[in-house]
This record gives sequence, structure tokens and C-alpha cells, in this order.
Amino acid sequence: MNGLIGRGAIMVSLPFILLGIVAVPAAVRRGRREWIGLAYGSVYANFFLVTAAALSMVVALVTHDFSVSYVAQVGSRETPLFYTIISLWGALEGSILFWAWVLSLYAALVVSFNRDRLGNLVPYAAMTLLCISLFFAILLTGPANPFRSVFPVPADGPGPNPLLQNHILMAVHPPLLYLGYVGMSVPFSFAVGAVLSGEAESNDWIRLTRNWTIGSWAFLSAAIIAGMWWSYEVLGWGGYWAWDPVENASFLPWLTATAFLHSAMVQERRSMLRVWNLNLVVGTFVLTILGTFLTRSGIISSVHAFTTGTIGYYFLTFIALVMVVALVLVAGNSDRLKTVGRFDSPASRETIFLLNNLFLTAFMLTVLVGTLFPLVAEAVRGVKVSVGGPFFNRMSLPLVAALLFLMGVGPALPWKSASRDELRAKLLPPAIGAALLGAIGLFMGIRDVYGVLVFAFVGYAAAANLREYWIGARARRVARHESWPVAVGRLISSNRRRYGGYIAHLGVFFVALGIAASSTMRTEREATIKPGETISVSGHTVRLQQLWGRDEKQRSVVGATFAVLGSGGGTMEPHMNFYATSQEPVPTPAVRSGVLGDLYLNLMAFRPDGSTATVKIIYEPLVPWIWFGGGVVVLGAIVGAWPTAKRKRAASIPMARQLEPRDNAA
Amino acid sequence: MTQTSRSSKRFIIAGAVVIAAVFAYLLYGGLDKNVVYFLTPHELLAKGTRGVEVPVRLGGQVKPGSVKWNDTTLELRFTITDGTSDIAVHSTGAPPQMFRDGMGVVVEGRYARNGVFDCTNLMVRHSNEYRPPKPGESPQETYKTLIKGSGS
Repeated sequence: MNGLIGRGAIMVSLPFILLGIVAVPAAVRRGRREWIGLAYGSVYANFFLVTAAALSMVVALVTHDFSVSYVAQVGSRETPLFYTIISLWGALEGSILFWAWVLSLYAALVVSFNRDRLGNLVPYAAMTLLCISLFFAILLTGPANPFRSVFPVPADGPGPNPLLQNHILMAVHPPLLYLGYVGMSVPFSFAVGAVLSGEAESNDWIRLTRNWTIGSWAFLSAAIIAGMWWSYEVLGWGGYWAWDPVENASFLPWLTATAFLHSAMVQERRSMLRVWNLNLVVGTFVLTILGTFLTRSGIISSVHAFTTGTIGYYFLTFIALVMVVALVLVAGNSDRLKTVGRFDSPASRETIFLLNNLFLTAFMLTVLVGTLFPLVAEAVRGVKVSVGGPFFNRMSLPLVAALLFLMGVGPALPWKSASRDELRAKLLPPAIGAALLGAIGLFMGIRDVYGVLVFAFVGYAAAANLREYWIGARARRVARHESWPVAVGRLISSNRRRYGGYIAHLGVFFVALGIAASSTMRTEREATIKPGETISVSGHTVRLQQLWGRDEKQRSVVGATFAVLGSGGGTMEPHMNFYATSQEPVPTPAVRSGVLGDLYLNLMAFRPDGSTATVKIIYEPLVPWIWFGGGVVVLGAIVGAWPTAKRKRAASIPMARQLEPRDNAA
Repeated sequence: MTQTSRSSKRFIIAGAVVIAAVFAYLLYGGLDKNVVYFLTPHELLAKGTRGVEVPVRLGGQVKPGSVKWNDTTLELRFTITDGTSDIAVHSTGAPPQMFRDGMGVVVEGRYARNGVFDCTNLMVRHSNEYRPPKPGESPQETYKTLIKGSGS
């Protein structure tokens, strides 16, 4: 029954999608404005139908309806309800269904927010989103149909992949990633809409696109951080980033989207970089599809890759189509989009934005080359190779250091041109911050050149950043007699975009410090110890108390209890979870976080009689700063994209406020 | 277009070209040195001296009866085989809990001059498909004594 509803909903959505796709060009050509309503109606219909399909899948999962192929594949009566629900995105077919649902949601939101906008941009954008929906609907009816009926109906299933039912972050990371990934379809659809409707010359579409990009970018940033956290908490190696092809796949569109968020400002302010921005938007979308292809085609092996059949060919065809469309759009319009703005001086904010884009693009190309090289080498030369972490680290560290430095310089410089005195006044004082944080890094014991450089540049950029708040707030204090907190708050709310960006920068600084300290200052030790014995690393000592085991409904758990000696006390219990479907246990490290760092314990092996345990103990400084910084980045994005209500905008006019006695009384 | 803007444009273009060239050089050099070949023992031995002391990923099966694991020194020695050739592997650190004879493994490291492969990273080749364990290799057998023993 559930299978029938799901299959039916997807089948019925196809004609609606096709109708919507045809309606837009027909409406424009014939001048029949009312037909566009038809396209918008199709977008809504598609949303309701895919929602129905997704809900019927959730119902099938929860009620253990093993007649549905996807449930037979990932369901199990033993799996707790929570993990049963989130196994919706735990395997290929379900993840494609979830993807299609998120896409239909975005399309419906785009239409409902912008349906009153004049011109043909939004209709064409809706058409583009429907075209992408069509691709996913085809996948769902063909190679990735999760609703096939299974006969005879099995009594039980194997349950989700053990790695995916071992940690609560599995409920967070994938949806965030889909929201970020799929969200990049929206800027792409606006870009297509802008070109087709002839609005690409105005900067208005950039403004429209920017806020949607910030939203998707925030989801993607949060997803990347959550993925790092998941890897840290579940995989048991004490790291959070391995330059795994699939991690790279999520990072690539993030880099181009970040570049776009910056270069969009140059276009708005100075009417430059118009073709470039179009390229970035299109490139970001292509990279998300490429990422999905890498993840879902099984072409690379990784924790994330699902085994599959033919779906890879569908994706390759789709990527090729998107690339051709993109090339035609960008190349066919580059003449019309020539720069009208003029570049005034190398000492200006524009220069910094250009460099920022250059470095981010170079970063993206490095990661792309490193990720795709093994595929190319195997196809061309028939050799199996892998590109390891050293390559990525070596290539990215100088770029990261340079980008951090620019984050200090950019906000301090004015648009157009800065005088020599201005440069000196703006760029010299933050050097104190660089010296201070560089010294702190050295004092902490960092000896790695890039580690110290990152600390110093973060110090520089953070000092420059905080100085902007200080200067702005001080001006408000003097002019309006506001207290410091009020001045800072109103400073931010009066220019959300700017200060939202600065807040996001602050978050990046936390992340950078966390990564620099934890990757250069990590100390670890591995040993086999008996109960009663201790093991220590950089001043932190734990004592093994006992090994234990217990049976849970869907798994068996073997753990070790360690007493933490010295500060804090208490116990830590790293364990291994044995699932019936997996030969390998899933490690579950114990992490104790402090402001300055994490103590990380992982149970590596044990004697079945409980007489010894092999344990890895790691001390990693500043790791929690990465997670905290990720939160700050998202906060910055929220501040930057928060819609300024009309009423509020009026209230923020200072004269209006002073004339209102009630405001003072409150 | 004024003189200043033209010269600054030239400045920008020149700068971009220089940065792009440096970047391309680094990219090439970095890839050249950091590509790790994936080989079987047979292929590695066939490379002769060119296969010695370079980073390699070696894939094969754990030769039955070859595993020696010292849990005090954490030294793990075993032989990896592809059916035709064998290579002795030495690594430090605990093997995966389910490490056993005949399983597929990938070891990352260097083939040293003394004919032993120094492994820095030991990976078990996973298969996503479920296969019921054969008698004697069931994971339960390793932990069920512990569960009974602890009485919980």
C-alpha cells in the first residue's frame, strides 16, 4: 500500500513537471501571462506529490512494511524508532527521494516568495528547478526506485548500515548537507532565469540570488562542520578531516559559493565581475551535481559511497547536459555582460575581493584535481593510485594562510581607493594582534611554520575585525550616547549584511585556530594495559577499571571503563558496538571536551576474557573551537541574510526613534 | 579609460598570471610527489628497486597462519598475499578487532630494503553486502564470553 502510494505519487508528478517546463516558454512567447500560473501550480503540485511519496516512505519504514524494497533493504524490527526514521537517507534510493523532496521544497519556496516579482526571471527559474526535478523524478521511477514491491515479503530486514545508526549526528549531517547542496540549485536557477529573461545585465538578480546563496551556504557550512564532528565522534581515529573524496565533494561547492558571496558585493557596488559571478553560480551547481555523482555512483570507495548499478550513467549524462547549457548561457552572453565598472586602484577593497576569489578558485581547483586525479589515472593509464593527505595539506596551507590574511585586510580597506595614510592607519594597528596570537601559538608549543602563521594571521584578521566593531560602536556612543552593548547591537542590526559577514569571519577564525592547534599539537599513545594500570598523554592520565559487555536490542556492546585521574575526575567509557550485519565493530570513542582541548579515548582491541585492553589515548588541543566556530559562522549567515522587515527599517531611522516617546520609556 | 586605471589593470593581470603560474607549478610538483600507487604484492615485486622506499598502497589477503600480534609491544607482523607473491608486513598498533586469516586488507607504507613492508596505515577492505559469517569467524564468539563474564 505504501509502495503503491509512493510509486503513484512520483508517476503523477512527472506530467505536472513536464507541463510546468513547457508552460513557461509558451507563456513568454505567446504573451500569455496566465500560463505562468500553470507553471507555478506545477511547482506546488510537485512539492505535494513528492512530500506524499516521502511521507509514505517514512510510514513504510516506521511500520516495517518490508514489501517496499527500500524498507527491506535498510529496515529492521530491532532498530530503534529514531534510527528507523533517519534511515530515510541511509542508502541510495532513500537519499535520492529525500533529495527530490528538498528540491521540490526549495522550488515551492522560491515561487511563493517571488511570485509577484515582475519580469520573466522567476518563471524561468521555476522552469529550471522543474528541469532538475525531472531528472530526479526519472531516477526515482527508474534506477533508484525505492518503492519496488518485494515478493515474498521478508519477515525482517538487515537494518541500516551500522555506521549510520551509531550516532545522533547522523540525523543532523545528511539533512544539512542536502539543504546546502540542493539549495545551490536555487542560485543556478536564478542565473538561468536572469540570462533567459535578459535581466543578467542588471545587478538586481545578484541581490535576489545572494540571500538564497547565503542560506544554502550556511546549511553547507554547518553540514561540513557536522560531518567533521561525526567523523571525529564515530570513526575512532581522532581526526575530523581526511581529504576523503566525498568530504572534498562537499567542500568544492562551498569554496565557489564562498567566492560568490564576496564577488557579488563587487558587482553590486562597482558593477564589475558580472560574467565571473555567473560562472561562479553555475560552477557551484555543477560541483554539487559532480559531488552527488561521486558519492552516489560508487565510482570511488569511501565511507559515504553506496554500492550501485547504473545510476552513475544517469548522473554523467545530467552533468554533461548541465555543462553544455551552462557553457551556452555564459559564453552566449559574455559580450552583453562586459564590465561597466572601472577599477580604480590596487589599494582598495575590490583588489582584496579579487585576490580572495583567485585564492578560493585556486583552492577549489587544487581539491578538484586531487580528487579526480585517481579516476583519470585509472581511466587513462590503467593504474590505481590515490592522492593522499600530504598533497592536499601542502597545497592548501599557503592558500588558507593567504585567505586569513586577506580577511584582516579586506574589511579595513575602503572601496575604490585608499590613500597612503589611510592604509597605514588601517593596516598597522592589527599587527599587534598578529604578534600577540603568534606568540601565544609559540608559547603553546606550536613549532610548525604554518601553524604559527595561521595563529599570527588569525590574530591580525581578528584584531582588524574587532576594531571595525569598536570603531563603529564608539562612533554610535559618541553620537547617540548609547551604552556599549546597545551600540554594538544597533551597529549590527543597522548593517546586517556587513556585520553578518564579519561575524562569519570570526567563526572562521575559531575554526582556523582549532584546526591549526589540533593538527600540529596532537599527542597520542597506544598501549595494551590490564585493569588497574594507567596510561597517560601530555599530562592527562587515565586508569583502566574494567572491561564489560552488554547485549542491547539491536547490537552488543563491549566497553572499557577508565577513571580519569587528576583534574575533573570521573570516568570515560569508550566502547565497540557489534551489529549483527557487520563483521567489523563500530568504534565509539569517549571524548571529554574542555575549553583548551579534548581528551579522546578509543578502545582498539580487547582480550575476550577481559584481562587486557588495547587503547588509544589522544590529547587534541582546541578541537571544540572548530565546532563552536562552525556555530558562529552559521550565526553570521543568519544575521547577514535575516530579512529586514519594512516596519523595522522605518524604526531604525534615528529621527523616527527620537520622536517616539514610547521608545524612550521602554 | 584613464592612464591610472589601465596601468592598474595591467598590474592586476600580471599579478594574476604570476600567481596562476606559481600555483600550477606547485600543483604539478605536489601531485608528482604525492601520488600513491595501489599495487598487489606481485606488481610491487615486479617493480624491483623502483618499488623500494616509495609510498605504496598494497592490497591483498592476509596469508592464513601468518599473523603474529604482540599486544605488549603492539607489534603486528603478517604476510600479505595475492595468490602468486607474498610480502611480509610489519606494523605498529592494534589490528582491527576482527583481523583474521584470509581477510582482504590494504596496507599503506613503504617497502623497505630489508624486504619487509613497513605499514603506517592498515585498512580492512569492507564489503557492503551482508554475508553471514562462517562458523568460527562470527564476531559474537569474541565478545560473548565478556558479556557473560561481567555478569551484566
